[in-house]
Formats: sequence, structure tokens, C-alpha cells
Amino acid sequence: MTATFVPPAADEVQDVPRKVTEKVGASDRFFRGIARGSGITVLAIMSFVGIFLAARATEALKSSGFSFLTTQAWEPDGGNFGIAAIIVGTVLIALVAIVIAIPLATAVALYISEYAPRQLKATFISLVDLMAAVPSIVYGLWGFFFLQGHVTGLARWIATYFGWIPFLSVEGADPTDPLSPPTVYTSSSFIAGIVVALMVAPIICSIMREVFSQAPAGEREGAYALGATRWGMIRDVVLPFGKGGMIGGSMLGLGRALGETIAVYIIISPVFVIQPRILEGGTSSVSSLIALRYGASSNFAISALFAAGLALFIMTLIVNFAASTIVARSRSGAESDA
Amino acid sequence: MPDMSLTVDQTTPIATQSLIATTHVVLQEPDTPPEQRRSTATFRLTDAYALVGAFVAALSMTVLLFTTILPFDAPLGFVVVTFALFVTTYALLVSMDESGPAVRDRVAAVVIHSLAFLMLLALVFVIAYAFVRGAQAMRYINLYTQDLSKTGPLDPLSSGGVLHAIIGTLIMIAIALVICIPVGITCAVFLNEIPGRFSRFVRTIVEAMTALPSIIAGLFIYATFILMLGFPKSGLAAALAMSVMMLPIIIRSADVVLRLVPGTLREASYAMGSGQWRTVWHVTLPTARSGLATAVILGTARGIGETSPILLTSGVTAAINANPLNGPMVSLPLQVFEFAKSSESGFVLRAFATAGVLMVLVLILFVAARIIGGRAPGNLSKRQARRRTAESARDFARMQSHTSASSPATSAIPSS
Repeated sequence: MTATFVPPAADEVQDVPRKVTEKVGASDRFFRGIARGSGITVLAIMSFVGIFLAARATEALKSSGFSFLTTQAWEPDGGNFGIAAIIVGTVLIALVAIVIAIPLATAVALYISEYAPRQLKATFISLVDLMAAVPSIVYGLWGFFFLQGHVTGLARWIATYFGWIPFLSVEGADPTDPLSPPTVYTSSSFIAGIVVALMVAPIICSIMREVFSQAPAGEREGAYALGATRWGMIRDVVLPFGKGGMIGGSMLGLGRALGETIAVYIIISPVFVIQPRILEGGTSSVSSLIALRYGASSNFAISALFAAGLALFIMTLIVNFAASTIVARSRSGAESDA
Repeated sequence: MPDMSLTVDQTTPIATQSLIATTHVVLQEPDTPPEQRRSTATFRLTDAYALVGAFVAALSMTVLLFTTILPFDAPLGFVVVTFALFVTTYALLVSMDESGPAVRDRVAAVVIHSLAFLMLLALVFVIAYAFVRGAQAMRYINLYTQDLSKTGPLDPLSSGGVLHAIIGTLIMIAIALVICIPVGITCAVFLNEIPGRFSRFVRTIVEAMTALPSIIAGLFIYATFILMLGFPKSGLAAALAMSVMMLPIIIRSADVVLRLVPGTLREASYAMGSGQWRTVWHVTLPTARSGLATAVILGTARGIGETSPILLTSGVTAAINANPLNGPMVSLPLQVFEFAKSSESGFVLRAFATAGVLMVLVLILFVAARIIGGRAPGNLSKRQARRRTAESARDFARMQSHTSASSPATSAIPSS
């Protein structure tokens, strides 16, 4: 037993809360100023990107008006230009990429976080991170010099047996003629999409793996204790926990896929009509259009390119904001009680 | 089976328990066989039989289908059909002696393993392909010691190289780092040290900008630096475009690393009476040093590999240009792109070789990042720990000499 000694209150001086003042020294004030200044600088740079794109684009946007969104041609000097075809091409390539990349990335992320032997885990993590840092031009080279020649057989097979689905048909190809040239299947959104998929898959994968490995151990063990198999545990604990991260990671990958320039530029052959048939050669993307035409002579043509760049910028910003909001709102990363 | 454990009467008070507690020892009955230890291994031989059996069965069936029954001949189709048959056969085999959930578990494991293997194989293949195709040109030493100014498309591989691109890349990335490291790290410190509505807003913007398409960064510098301010296309412009792209990446990963610095360390520093600036400089930043280095290096690896901003803001040249202020300057990825655009076989080989050089550069940066940044904040390497011990011994000696000089009476500070 410990006794608490309570002094008699009679002759005690009344307690007064001590006055707390925060005194910030000169060096600290200077530091805060510098830090805040750097924040403002970064914010300014980032907003200048949008402002200057918009400022440069106004000339072209003013002259074309609303038809900028609906026109399918790109002849700015003739006054006939719009992004309808280019945006469709950009989105199609990005969608093909994402559809291929998500299952692969999810499988690798699950493999690394749930199945891989413990000794090899760190190696795989480094490998995937390294893949995410490989320059996109390397993927572009592979796509142009290797994939292009080897994937036409697959494209032809899909077009022959699934050609009744509108976007998988190919115009100008005769499936019954075995000697028909394969060139109609090259330079397509499909091939560009495969290359971009390999490029963004490591990025998506490393975000997903991060989230999967944060699934609380208590809940995992709870699932096992209730008799779940490993897949049962993954389906009922890891995947629901990582759902936000999966969606967010995929959308970040989508953002990268939308903006990819060089790998796409090398592969596609640009056309300026809406071309929804992904297996057929000829498509276009905003960034490859800019890379193709940035040397244009007239100021107006440059302004039109800036307008296209602005559209891409807004599109990726929306996707990225949505992605980070989803990741932040999800339970992923939250601590568990167990 | 009779109870064979130590039985303790729970109601007995503790004091007397040891006296009354009785132990029933059950003797093994003579005719029961000795107990077998249950195997807790996660791998059984029957699993391996099922896997191998299913694979052999699937392969045989596919060969039969492709050679005699169906008019198929594509190698890709062969692989796909084999895989589909393999999964089906395996599920069938497992379902003979396991329940539904176990079958689903096995099938999911097989599918995940194969998809993961497929993707890792594809990625390794992409990289290996560039090295294999480029090996022929990478063997020539002149690739690293000459520029392209005297080399035409038809010249043999023993003439010309990419030294100008290597120099250009190094100059550009050096300028970009000079801009990015101070601004990026200070901004990350700001996000962590001065929380509030404004820093939250900056953080949101930076996060959204990490996926800024690189061509937009190039377009921005093209609009401001070249069109508006009237500077010529140059290595400096390219470096600025690179910095715009790298800055958000560096800030974001540095922010994450700084957030991992234990709050107790900072509070200990405040408790010792040091101000915010001293705490940041002497506690937060040194603690997170390896993580910050990793953040910078990974941002560098991203920036070094970008082609499109440089395409827009610097030009293409075949000669060495070490002056970033004037004249076009080419970087490694841009040189790869230029080689790949020409269809001459010699230039295509050089494209792969240049890509190989670029990847070796990225790999070196990456390994450096792993070596420096493999540790969590506060987790020191042996050398760092030694250095820190020496530092604190020096501090102690300094403080002691200081106190003994000013007031000899208080010099008897306990030395431990």
C-alpha cells in the first residue's frame, strides 16, 4: 500500500496556470520563411504549367471554339483542327494498356506479398521497382523491333474469330486469304497498348504490393484461424483491404499510360479520324502528335498543339486527383485494432 | 481417452494448492501403437504428383490436338491451350481428394504464379532483348569515346559513338539536380514541419503532378523559356524541363521518408531546448538521410530516361556540346530515338547499344539507391554508428572543456 500525502489546503497559495508563450527565435523565423517560400515556389511552378498552357492555347481555342472537341482533322493552318480523333486514340491505347496491365500487376503484387518465398521477396521487390525505372524508350524499341513482327499472328487470329465484335474487326483484311499482307495489323492501338501495358504494369504493381503488404496481420491470422485457405484469406482480407490501393494504383497507371509519348510515337502510324478498331493499323495520341508536330512553323499551329496539350493535361489531372482521393479515402493504410 | 494432463483443482486457494494438487500419470496401454507426430509441413508429395501429372496430361493432350485432331499450328496457341488444359486437369485431380474451397485455393495459386511468372519473364525479356541486340555494337570501345559528327548511316560500327549523348545526359541531369535537390527537399521539409491548410494543399497539388506527362513538362518550358523569354533551344532548357518533371517525384518520396522520422526524436530535441531549425538540421534531416538520398536517386533515374521533354526543348546534334547555354545538346534516350527513327541496320544496332548504355546508367543509380537507402531512418550502418559515436565523444569533450574553463567548480559532471 502506498499512502498519498495530501497537504492541508488552508495555508496554500492559490494555483495559477503558468503563462505559456511561444517565443520563436530569429533563426526559426528565417527557417519558416524559407520553407514556406519553397512551398510557394513549387506551387507556383506547378500552377504555371497549367496557366501557360492555357495562355498559349487561347489563340487556337478562340478561333476554333467548340468545334475543337468534335473535329477529326489536324490542319491548323487551314483552320480545320480538333482533338476528337486524337483523344479517342489516346484513350483507346490507354484502355488496352490498363486492361492488360491490371491482371498482370495484381498477380505479381499478390505473388510477391503472399506467395513468394521469404528469401526472394526483397529481390522481387527490387526487380519490380527497377522495371518501373527503365526508360520508356527501351520498351518502345522492343515493341517496334520485336513485338510488331511477332504479334500480328495473334491480331489476325482475334480479328478472324472475334471480328463480329465491332472494335475488334479489321477493315481491308481478308481472313480467308493466307497470303494477305500482315501490314494492316501493324502500327495499331493494340500493339501500342501492349507496350504501354508492360511499361505501366511495374508502377501499378509496386503500389498494389505496398497496399497488400499493409493488410493487418491480426485479420489475416483471424481468417486462417477460422479455417480459411490461403486464397480464401486473400479474397476476404487482402483484396477488400487493398481495394482502394488497387483502384488508385490502376488510375495512376492510367495517367502514365495517357501521357506516354515516345514508345507510342515509335509504334503507331498517325491518322486523324476516329478509328475505333484497335487491331487495325493507324491511330493517334495527343503526346505523339505533339512530338510529331512541335516543329511546326506558324504560331497558330503551335498554339493548336498547346490546346491539345492542355486537353491532355486536364485529362491526366482529373484521373490523378480521382486516384489520390480514392487512395486517401480507402481503408488501405489504416491501422487495425488487432 | 483418459485425461493425461496435470489436473489442478481450480477452487483451492493458492496457499494450499501445492499441497493438494495431484498428478495423474496415464500409463500407455501395452497394445496401442506409439503415437505418430502429425506432419505440419505445408508441402505434401501428392501435391507435387498432381502438378506434374496435370502438366504432363495437358501437354500430351495438346500435342494430340495440334498434330492429329485440329488444324492449329501457332506456337502461342499451343502454349495457351496447354495452360488451359493444365488448369482444368489440375482442378480435376485436386477435386478427387479435396473439398471445394481447397480446389479453388489450388487453382488460384496456380493462376497467380503463372501470371506473375509471365509478367516477370516479359519484363526481363524486354531488357535482355535490348542488351542482346546491342551487344554487337557495345563491344566497340569507340562507342564510348567518339561522337557521331564524322559518322554516316552506312559507316561500320567501328566508327562513331555516343560520347556526346553521355556528356549531354550528365550535364543536363547535373543542372536538374542542382535545381531539384534544394527546392525539393526544402519543400518536403515544409510539408512535414509546418502543417496546416496551405501545406495540405501543396501536398495535394504535388501528388497530382507526380504523374504529369513528361511531354507537358517539355511543352511548358518550350512555351515560357523558349517562346516567351526568347532563349535558344539548349541543354539548360532541357534541364529545366527535366526539373519540372522530377520535382514532384522527389518531393513526394522525400515527404514519405520524412514522415517516418520518429516523433520521439524530434521531441527529445525540443526538450533539450533547441529550436525548430536546429531540430530539422541536426535531427530530422540526418535521421532521414539515406531515405532522402534514395528519393533523389530514384527521381534522377526517372528524369534521365525521359525523351520527350528533351526532344522539345533541346535540339539534336551529332557533335559534342559541353555548353548548356548555347546550341543543341542531345541526351542518351533522345539519341536512341534518333537512331531508331533511321532504318539503317547499323543505326538500329547502335540504338540498342545506346539503350544498353542508358540502362547500365539507370542500373548504377538504382544500385546506389539500394545501397544508400536500404535502411530505415535511425538504423545506422556500422560506419555511420562509429562516426556518430566519435562525434558525440567530441561534443562531450568540448562541453567539458567549456564548462571547466568557465566555472571550474561545476566541472565534476558525472561522465556516464
